[in-house]
Amino acid sequence: MQIQQMYQELILDHYRDPHGSGLREPYDAESHHVNPTCGDEVTLRVKVDTAAGAIADVSYETLGCSISQASVSVLHDLLVGKSIDEAWRILGSFQEMAQGRGQVEPDEEVLGDGVAFAGVARYPARVKCALLGWMAFKDAVSRTDLTIDMPDTEGSPA
Amino acid sequence: MTTVHGTGTTAGLDAAAVARIRADFPILGRTVREEKPLVYLDSGATSQRPRQVLDAERTFLERHNAAVHRGAHQLAEEATDAYESARSRIAAFVGAGEDEVVFVKNATEGINLVAYGVGNASVRTGLDAASERFALGPGDEVVVTELEHHANLVPWQELCRRTGATLRWYAVTDEGRIDLDSLELSDRTKIVAFTHQSNVTGAVAPVAQLVEQARAVGALTVLDACQSVPHMPVDLAALGVDFAVFSGHKMLGPSGVGVLYGRRELLEALPPFLTGGSMIELVRMEGSTYAPPPQKFEAGVPMTSQAVGLGAAVDYLGQIGMDTVAAHEATLTAAALEQLCAIDGLTVVGPPGAELRGGAVSFVVDGIHAHDLSQVLDDRGVAIRVGHHCAWPLHRRFGIVATARASFAVYNTTEEVEALADGVRAAQKFFGTV
Repeated sequence: MQIQQMYQELILDHYRDPHGSGLREPYDAESHHVNPTCGDEVTLRVKVDTAAGAIADVSYETLGCSISQASVSVLHDLLVGKSIDEAWRILGSFQEMAQGRGQVEPDEEVLGDGVAFAGVARYPARVKCALLGWMAFKDAVSRTDLTIDMPDTEGSPA
Repeated sequence: MTTVHGTGTTAGLDAAAVARIRADFPILGRTVREEKPLVYLDSGATSQRPRQVLDAERTFLERHNAAVHRGAHQLAEEATDAYESARSRIAAFVGAGEDEVVFVKNATEGINLVAYGVGNASVRTGLDAASERFALGPGDEVVVTELEHHANLVPWQELCRRTGATLRWYAVTDEGRIDLDSLELSDRTKIVAFTHQSNVTGAVAPVAQLVEQARAVGALTVLDACQSVPHMPVDLAALGVDFAVFSGHKMLGPSGVGVLYGRRELLEALPPFLTGGSMIELVRMEGSTYAPPPQKFEAGVPMTSQAVGLGAAVDYLGQIGMDTVAAHEATLTAAALEQLCAIDGLTVVGPPGAELRGGAVSFVVDGIHAHDLSQVLDDRGVAIRVGHHCAWPLHRRFGIVATARASFAVYNTTEEVEALADGVRAAQKFFGTV
């Protein structure tokens, strides 16, 4: 079955047991993103460590499919504790893979468990599911005081 | 030109008759996702088209193509004849007069045409006396239902915003039907717009009662017939509605063409929506007068091969017979309801029985998001729709984000219903929910 390329065991694990879910205080910025084609929603909060220029916490609540829920769970694992520049690099890499129609070879060094979503990129209708939480994160970070030295990620927000 | 599928009866279609119908639809013979036969259960979104429709479009374009209602050359005559012949056959198909059928690009445009026509009347400047009846203002009411597709909701929200009228709506019962007791019309109710058959719950509206209630307060009725005209005999004049819309691509016809039906006297009085060429009677620099309907509402060079294709689609449906189509789809719907309801953890959103109900069957499965469910079905070649189906308030009413929807057309088979139920069980196994 092709479908197992999309629903890697790792994705199903994150879906059944999401990491870092639930909205937490304190936080510096919050964003709410909706996928208007299916109604899926994510509310995501970011707590930054301004002194260190790092992501101190990402907390979230989602209503959605396994792909969107697992994706934000992986985001939590990958980005919490990272410097903002590093987080931005990972975000860019994830977005490039997700929008790559299966043609972009993901870098496991950068994306870690995120490479499990490479299969999703072959299904254009599901790319937005994979990116929902990441776009919410991007939006939330832009509302904090953090400055980002890295060039902006390419491609339009999903 | 068309094949006669003579073995259909009002009891439906036997397997051989369905097989002959399927042979007319080239796309139904293809495979998807690694050689799986396509099981197309998404006709509520868009239906597939038989060769007869494709051939009619091609023949028109290869032999008769010209801009209609302009030009005096032979092709212009032939094109105009083909276009107007399609109009009169489509009109006859839904019990309308040919001057009561306006070609629009889709049902959404048809509803907007009425809403903007009413909005233009509401400006109250330069109106003739006959248009005055449409004028809305603060205190007036437009009534819809919680069941509506966004296409029959958002244009009315916008009309209310522009005119200061108030939008009110009938609530929906737990079975997904319009709750007639939830709202009382008033003498300020000017428009009552509702779907003939829900694209989510499949519920068929009590049209006679709604028309009676609207008439009692002098309100106009607008019927969204997108999900009824392709699937059952519909006589708009007999239903007594004032306006109705449907789309070509949901009834075995082309996309890019739909129909607005309006009672003759109303189309005569309704101000135009889109203006420009073709729709005029007399143009001077100071102002213009307009052609009689339906031309008044067909500004610019219209779609032609699409209208001709839709004419072929109603010929095709007419040859099978809409009673036969309805009976066949009722068989499929009953089978789907029976097989789906037998699955543990599956809940149908809509009437559980097949009475007063069409072939849109929406459902949720415990522990599996609709997107994930459809992905497993897709992997098995089964195409269904997932999401809110452009009826977000209805989903909110039921407290759900998204449903999965199977919807049937005349070419579907009982084996395909089984493939749907098998696919749902496979998804449950895949996601470990049973």
